[in-house]
Amino acid sequence: MRYSYYPGCTLKTRAKELDRYARLSAVALGAELEELPEWQCCGAVYPLAKDEIATRLSAVRALMSARDEGRTLVTVCSACHNVLKQTNEALKADANLRMKVNNYLDPEVPYAGEARAIHYLELLRDEIGFGEVKKRVANPLKGRRIAGYYGCLLLRPSAVMALDDPENPRVLEDFIRALGAEPVAYGRRNECCGAYVTLEDRAQAEKSARKIVQSAADAGAETIVTACPLCLYNLKNSAGGLPVRYITELLAEALGIAEGA
Amino acid sequence: MNNENLRDLVVEISGANPRKCMRCGKCSGTCPAYAEMEYRPHRIVAMVEKGDIEPLMRSQSLYRCLACMACVERCPRSVEPAKLVEAVRLLVIRGQGQNHMSPDDIPQKLDAELPQQAIVAALRKYGK
Ligand code: SF4
Ligand code: SF4
Repeated sequence: MRYSYYPGCTLKTRAKELDRYARLSAVALGAELEELPEWQCCGAVYPLAKDEIATRLSAVRALMSARDEGRTLVTVCSACHNVLKQTNEALKADANLRMKVNNYLDPEVPYAGEARAIHYLELLRDEIGFGEVKKRVANPLKGRRIAGYYGCLLLRPSAVMALDDPENPRVLEDFIRALGAEPVAYGRRNECCGAYVTLEDRAQAEKSARKIVQSAADAGAETIVTACPLCLYNLKNSAGGLPVRYITELLAEALGIAEGA
Repeated sequence: MNNENLRDLVVEISGANPRKCMRCGKCSGTCPAYAEMEYRPHRIVAMVEKGDIEPLMRSQSLYRCLACMACVERCPRSVEPAKLVEAVRLLVIRGQGQNHMSPDDIPQKLDAELPQQAIVAALRKYGK
C-alpha cells in the first residue's frame, strides 16, 4: 500500500532517526511512504485564533497535495500531525475559513478537507495492524520496560485528533507490547513536557519535564519513547536520568533493521 | 479601547465563549503552568468575561501557557480557556513593535540539540 508522507522540518535536521526509521520500518512492513513532492514547514503549532489564515496555509497545501495524489497522508512527528489534522478538521467544520483559504490559494479544485491525515501510530494500528507488526518482529525486546510518552499533541483536543482516549490511551502501550517489550504504566504520560516555553523560561519547561521522567522512573521504566522531537529534547534535558528515544528507533530495532544492531 | 470593545475583540479572535464558564476551577487545577502564572486559566476566563483585559495584557501569564490543551480537554463546559489566553496574547503582539520574541533573540538561546520545531513554535507564539 502506498501513502503520501509529510516528514516536517525537524525530521530533516535534528530528528533524522525519527524519519529514517519510520521509512525503513514502513518498507519492512509492506507500506510505502512517498514524500510529498513539495512541502513547507507546518508552522509547528496550530494557531488557536479563529482569524489566523496565513499561518494555516502551508498545512492546507500539504493536505491538498495528498488529496490530489489520492492517498492517505502519514506523518510521524506528533506536532506536524497535530497541525495537519487540526487544520483539516477546521476546514471541514468552518465554512468561513474554507472560503478565505480557497480564495487565497485559488486551487483548481477547491479544498474542503477531503484528505485523510493519519499519524504513523495509526498506520501501524489501523492499516498494518499490531498483530502483523508482531509477526514481523525479528528481535523481540524481551524484558525491556518501556514508558510510552504521549504528551499533548497526539491526543488533544480529542474531539479533533480522535486518535485515542485522551485520559486513558493505549496505542503506545499496544505498540510496545507488539515489539515484545513491557509497557510501563505511569501517571504523567499525557501531561505537557514544557514545549516551546523552553525558549522563554527554561526552568519552567525543565520542571514540567522532570516530573514526567520522575513519574516514569518511579514506575520502573528503563526507557521512554516519544514521537515528538521537542518532547524528546525537553525530557532528555530535564536531568531526569532516563534515556529517551523515538518510537521508530525502537520499531526498527525490533524489526531487526536498525543500523549497527 | 473601552473594556467592552476589548472583550468583544478577544471573544471574536478566540471564537470561545467565556459566558459558559461555571467557575469550577478545573482548568487551573489541571494547568501545568499553574505555579508560574499570576492569573490562572479560570481567572483569565472570568477577567475576559468582565472585560478586564488590560491587566491581562500586561501579565507575564500570557507567555507561560504551553498550549497543552489540558484545560480545553478537561473543562466540563467546553469554554476552551487556551483560546482566550492566545487571543489576549495576540492582542498584545499584533501591535506594532510589540513582539515578545523575535528572530534576533534566537541565536543566544540555541544549543546543539534544540529542534527547529521549538524555534518555529516560539516565534509563532511570541511574535508575528
Ligand atoms: S474548567 Fe471551564 S467551567 Fe471550569 S472554571 Fe475553567 S473555564 Fe470555567
Ligand atoms: S493550554 Fe495553557 S492555560 Fe490551558 S492548561 Fe495548558 S498551559 Fe494551562
